[in-house]
Amino acid sequence: MLEALFRAQVRGLTLHRVEGHGGETERVETYRGTTVKMELSEKVRLEIGVSDHFVDPTVRAILDAARTGSVGDGKVFVLPVEKVYRIRTGEEDQAAVTPVA
Amino acid sequence: MDKADTAWLLVSTALVLLMTPALGFFYGGLVRSKNALNTLMMSVSSLGFVGVGWALVGYSVAFGPGAGFSGGFSRVLLGGVGLEPQGTVPHVLFMAFQGTFAIITAALISGAIVERMRFGPYLAFITLWGLVVYAPVAHWVWGGGFLGRLGALDFAGGTVVHVNAGVAALVAALVLGPRKDYARQASLPHNVPFTLLGAGLLWFGWFGFNAGSALAANGPAALAFVNTMFAPAATLVVWTLLDFARTGRATAVGAATAAVVGLVAVTPAAGYVSPISAILLGGIAAFPSYFALLYRARTRLDDSLDVVAAHGLGGTVGALLTGVLAQKAWNGAADGLLFGNPRQLAVQALGVLAVMAYSGVATFGLLKLVAAFAPLRARAREEGLGLDVSQHGEEAYARGEGAILVLPEIAAAPGLGVPAAAPAGGGPG
Repeated sequence: MLEALFRAQVRGLTLHRVEGHGGETERVETYRGTTVKMELSEKVRLEIGVSDHFVDPTVRAILDAARTGSVGDGKVFVLPVEKVYRIRTGEEDQAAVTPVA
Repeated sequence: MDKADTAWLLVSTALVLLMTPALGFFYGGLVRSKNALNTLMMSVSSLGFVGVGWALVGYSVAFGPGAGFSGGFSRVLLGGVGLEPQGTVPHVLFMAFQGTFAIITAALISGAIVERMRFGPYLAFITLWGLVVYAPVAHWVWGGGFLGRLGALDFAGGTVVHVNAGVAALVAALVLGPRKDYARQASLPHNVPFTLLGAGLLWFGWFGFNAGSALAANGPAALAFVNTMFAPAATLVVWTLLDFARTGRATAVGAATAAVVGLVAVTPAAGYVSPISAILLGGIAAFPSYFALLYRARTRLDDSLDVVAAHGLGGTVGALLTGVLAQKAWNGAADGLLFGNPRQLAVQALGVLAVMAYSGVATFGLLKLVAAFAPLRARAREEGLGLDVSQHGEEAYARGEGAILVLPEIAAAPGLGVPAAAPAGGGPG
């Protein structure tokens, strides 16, 4: 999926490793005679900040690349952002999310 | 004095010493990450406290020239223990070798009481335990005491080490009570690779534990060595098959446990039985421990890391099977039940029962003694925070986020000596 995003010219992203529950069936694990149900599965959470006209290509790249067809694939939330700053240069908003050539 | 014997015993002492940190990792991997350091420290600290106790007093009680119940105090502060031969090796080396056994036996108990004991009382307890419980029992079987004179066969410590520690663990788990999360929350091992690594290093060190107990580089040592390789292998196979039969999946934690159970069971038998008997012994030993482990998980006994099932039961099974499978043709000492000597089995059983009784009562007494001076258990809040932080002020897996350096205030008024603390917390993450 990273490749799909790079192909869509989206290079700025943050990845978190998280645990989540996505409606999939629970796993059962055994440790020394104790049986436990693992309710949370390992998942990945991406945060990507893009300008308005990049939203569609980004969402399409994620949906196409990350889809496995099984329950637990996840969701894409599109949220409005008030302001964006690039830390290195102090640029704001549109300039901040324009990739450096 | 024999150079080959000395060389081998030197190596064996180092191998057995390695077993104690290995045990720390075996146990450490099985607890939650907030208690990892405390669990490791329970083993590592035994190296210090039980080790020094052994050199100062324990060796005398175990191997001094006394009779019957104790070796006496003539060798206290290593009096009379020099470079002269003890058997075919220097006396100090024999003393050191035996000391590594005392160290690991005390550390074994910790497995039953992880994640809830205050560290200071733990140190006091194991120091006393090494002197009051381990040393006399070692004397009874190996130091010329009454069990050895009755003909009890314990090559490397099935009874002296494993049954002894197993019963002490049971008593300790009962006296301390269960963890507050026991049977309420799922407490999962935080690092199973540690446990496997620990098991592997234990197996490696165990070659010194068993083959070194021949106290010589000779036939019995080779026999013990070989049995130490194949008996646990058999236990591992049977355990894996039992796992397949019961759940369809063989677990890594099960494999690590199986190896240890097999090693425990072959410990009393190592130099007394044939290799084929050792394989049989290893295979048989898997069954009681496997089912004891499953059963214990359903009781209220929080023997957290199953010291009783692995060491107590494994040692008992090994000691009794030694009474069955011992072969004079292989060991030059005695035959077991299978080779026409039913008396041996009776002697083995007597030895196991005597040690169980003494260890149980004495361990109880020591715990109550220590408890009279300081509470044994950590408070519920400390247990929740994790013993690493509450007992040791350290984190095993600190990432350093939110950690702010505390600097001494140089410009502060002289004589106060109070470091200026920056406000804690408030960092990112």
